[in-house]
Amino acid sequence: MSPAEIVVAPNDGSYLIDGYELVCGLEVHVELATATKLFSASANRFGDEPNTHIDPVTLGLPGALPVLNRHAVELAMRIGLALNCTVQPSTFHRKNYFYPDMPKAYQISQYDQPINVDGWLELPGGKRIGVERAHLEEDTGKSTHVGGTGGRIHGSDHSLIDFNRAGVPLVEIVGRPDIASPDEAKQYVTELRQILVAVGASDAKMEEGSMRCDANVSVRKPGAPLGTRCEIKNVNSVRSLGRAIEYEARRQIALIEAGESIRQETRHWDETDGRTHTLRTKEDADDYRYFLEPDLVPLDPGTEWIEAVRAALPMLPRERRLRLSRATGAPADGEAVMVVVERGQDDYVLAVAESGADVARALVHVKEAYAEQGARPSVPAADLARMIVMETSGKLTSTQAKTVLAELVANGGGDAEVIAAAKGFEAMDVSALEAIVDDAIAAQPDAWAKYCAGEEKAMGALVGAIMKASKGKADGKAVTALLQSKRG
Amino acid sequence: MSATPSTAFEIAAAVRAGSVRAIDVLEAHLGRIAARETDIHAFNLVTADEARAAATRIDDLVAAGRDPGPLAGVPIALKDNMCTRGVPTTCSSRILEGWKPPYDATVVSRLAAMGAVSVGKTNLDEFAMGSSTENSAFGVTLNPRDTSRVAGGSSGGSAAAVAAAFAPVSLGSDTGGSIRQPAALCGVVGVKPTYGTVSRYGLVAFASSLDQIGPFSADVRDSALILESISGHDPLDSTSIPQGPLDLVSVLDHDVKGMRIGRITDMPEGADPDVLGRLEAAFDALRAAGATIVDVELPSLKYGLTAYYLIAPAEASSNLARYDGVRYGRRVDAVDTNSMYMATRAAGFGDEVKRRIMLGTYALSAGYYDAYYGKALKVRRLISDDFARAYATADVLLTPTSPIPAFKVGEKADDPLSMYLCDIYTIPTNLAGHPAMSVPFGESRDGLPIGVQVMASTLGEQPMFKVASALERHMNSSGGRS
Repeated sequence: MSPAEIVVAPNDGSYLIDGYELVCGLEVHVELATATKLFSASANRFGDEPNTHIDPVTLGLPGALPVLNRHAVELAMRIGLALNCTVQPSTFHRKNYFYPDMPKAYQISQYDQPINVDGWLELPGGKRIGVERAHLEEDTGKSTHVGGTGGRIHGSDHSLIDFNRAGVPLVEIVGRPDIASPDEAKQYVTELRQILVAVGASDAKMEEGSMRCDANVSVRKPGAPLGTRCEIKNVNSVRSLGRAIEYEARRQIALIEAGESIRQETRHWDETDGRTHTLRTKEDADDYRYFLEPDLVPLDPGTEWIEAVRAALPMLPRERRLRLSRATGAPADGEAVMVVVERGQDDYVLAVAESGADVARALVHVKEAYAEQGARPSVPAADLARMIVMETSGKLTSTQAKTVLAELVANGGGDAEVIAAAKGFEAMDVSALEAIVDDAIAAQPDAWAKYCAGEEKAMGALVGAIMKASKGKADGKAVTALLQSKRG
Repeated sequence: MSATPSTAFEIAAAVRAGSVRAIDVLEAHLGRIAARETDIHAFNLVTADEARAAATRIDDLVAAGRDPGPLAGVPIALKDNMCTRGVPTTCSSRILEGWKPPYDATVVSRLAAMGAVSVGKTNLDEFAMGSSTENSAFGVTLNPRDTSRVAGGSSGGSAAAVAAAFAPVSLGSDTGGSIRQPAALCGVVGVKPTYGTVSRYGLVAFASSLDQIGPFSADVRDSALILESISGHDPLDSTSIPQGPLDLVSVLDHDVKGMRIGRITDMPEGADPDVLGRLEAAFDALRAAGATIVDVELPSLKYGLTAYYLIAPAEASSNLARYDGVRYGRRVDAVDTNSMYMATRAAGFGDEVKRRIMLGTYALSAGYYDAYYGKALKVRRLISDDFARAYATADVLLTPTSPIPAFKVGEKADDPLSMYLCDIYTIPTNLAGHPAMSVPFGESRDGLPIGVQVMASTLGEQPMFKVASALERHMNSSGGRS
């Protein structure tokens, strides 16, 4: 596609570097969570002994033929539908190039007729990033270059190849260049990851390589034509993605400001020095000699299958955030809602509310105390609900509530009343507290006078005495409120 | 039935009935191989020991009262581009020298399960690229009818093996005529079935969208029997048609009365007069048998050869890119990895293979794709459309199989273009994916076999075999004279 044909989403101008806009599009590869490979019956498993999940098809032995994995097609459709794509009849092509870890010397991929086209992903703040396509292809084997520097093939003593990964099903999600800041890029990848996990298509772990992200980066003055782009590879975490994009944008701006031009090239992000380095220039690019894969037939899933997959899609993260936001009153793109939905604990929060607890308190507690818990927390919803009811009815202070909750989490549940009793957390009614407060004021008239004169710091001495007298059972907030009301 | 059965049909019946032992059938064939193979060179490898063990197992089953299958004890020769587990499979190329596949092609395992006994791997033009078997890295196969002449190709070894009675039946592969042309040159029956009828799993690919496995035999019935045995859906080949085995033997005795036989009025010219004479005789014979001859036009046919020599090399350039000397086959060591790849491919591939890899790479390259490969695909479509129109008025079409009878060894070896013309009548059916077969139909004035090609539409194997059978009956009843 020539630069003139590329359409970029309107930039709101909120992110500029030295007066330049960033134009960024991401290509994300995800390994599908199938039992077997895209074209053969060998297991699709990460981390096993090298070259144990191989067969004639995986090794590209003469005479072997690919057979398309139905489950991979289904997962690809789930991804496409979750990204608002049109699922269409598609074909497979051969992408011909030579590399030692690709045993057929071509990769079977989708070219001009991909299975999913024209979708979008909505960032938590509401901006839509276009998805040009999301197509099926097979992964290559994994090379390990021994000796030499930097783990690169050039200059190494020898290379080891593990074909376990060869033929693993991938979906490549090609985003449009609608991303205008490093933060949007990070949001895009984070949101995409959640969608992939939600639909069961992939575990999408960047650290393990089951989700890999390349960034196309260019810069321009607002309103100017698109600049020359560079593709950044080897970005292995969401954090690195933001760093790499920002570095690359600044590198390009420095070149332009120095009167030099940008070369279209593929660049390698180096995590250790925080820079990108030339991998290959456009002139070195392979001519892939794409042609229709004659060993496969066209793939037409048919309306019935597509609609069945659509109907079976789970609720997606964005929708879940809105649901939780509506239920709790917390903002949909606020930290608590984002974190809890990302952990998949929103259903749990709503279940706690259904058990009679205040849903906003449930959201806060789950966000704070459940970082190590998965989508199905070990504490029964009803147990947490009982604790929250105690808290909201004044039977537990917020400090006490945290202590009881920690105990619930440690034990995988339990009766909050029993825990509270065992810890000596007695209910302190308002009249008892008021008596303690009055005693403290009487005992420290100086402090009280200063406090009444508007010296807020003086409250510390009063509160300390009150907490001591109540043996920690007084609720800090209630004490403050009482003191304030008595001051008038 | 004769006392010593010679056809696959007779052998299987006799072995199953216990009237003949598989081992004796095998030894008779191995004896003929021992006597003449040095002169013919049909085989890259004769697997006598494995064959004897297999034949003995068949005999043991019969002795135990069990049925070894519909091809019990039938010796069969396999083109050396079909994978045989633990048995070298070379494609007559140095680059695969020493490679023993870890798996059997689907056709190989199906035949074994039916009781057939493989006698060896037959010679071919390297990677099935050629029309004379002269492109084999292991030497030419000679025509059993005249050993100064070629057996045709690329399945020359499989055709010669049947012509020399080294095996009653054999398998070849046909990408542009590689079964039918050598069948015609050697005077045997050869069939290219509808694309997708026979599994390609384990057939080392030349041009995947065109390759199809099929049988050779001395008579039409044996080809019908073998094709029935190897046809039918294979889940390991995505291009395999989801249907059961073909039903062919049962139609062989049907007459051709009322059938419409197409004569192509704008057929590419250049065929030998003797060949054209035999084609006319075939029309006459079928007319006499009650068929109607109808004229059809196929204006795109003349572009078939050109389109083929873009499509087939394009696919080949991709299929053959994997041979780098690293994982299997021959490796030529060199100072570094890249030099090793280059030295391996330089030494491992013959000239014709290199020529086609270059042709195909060029045809697919950026900037040339539309002009060459893309245009060839359009021609392919036009040819299919032409055929569709022709088959609206004709049940089968008749053409020569080869424009000329068997030529002298070396006669065309240095002229690739004239060699390519050998396939001018056979290539269009591959482009369309249709079935076609060659039936021996007399001889040239020099006494060389001439074949007639019977072509049919997709899955038109039944009418095709009916007509082939009628032609064969005519030859048998006329004593091979008319």
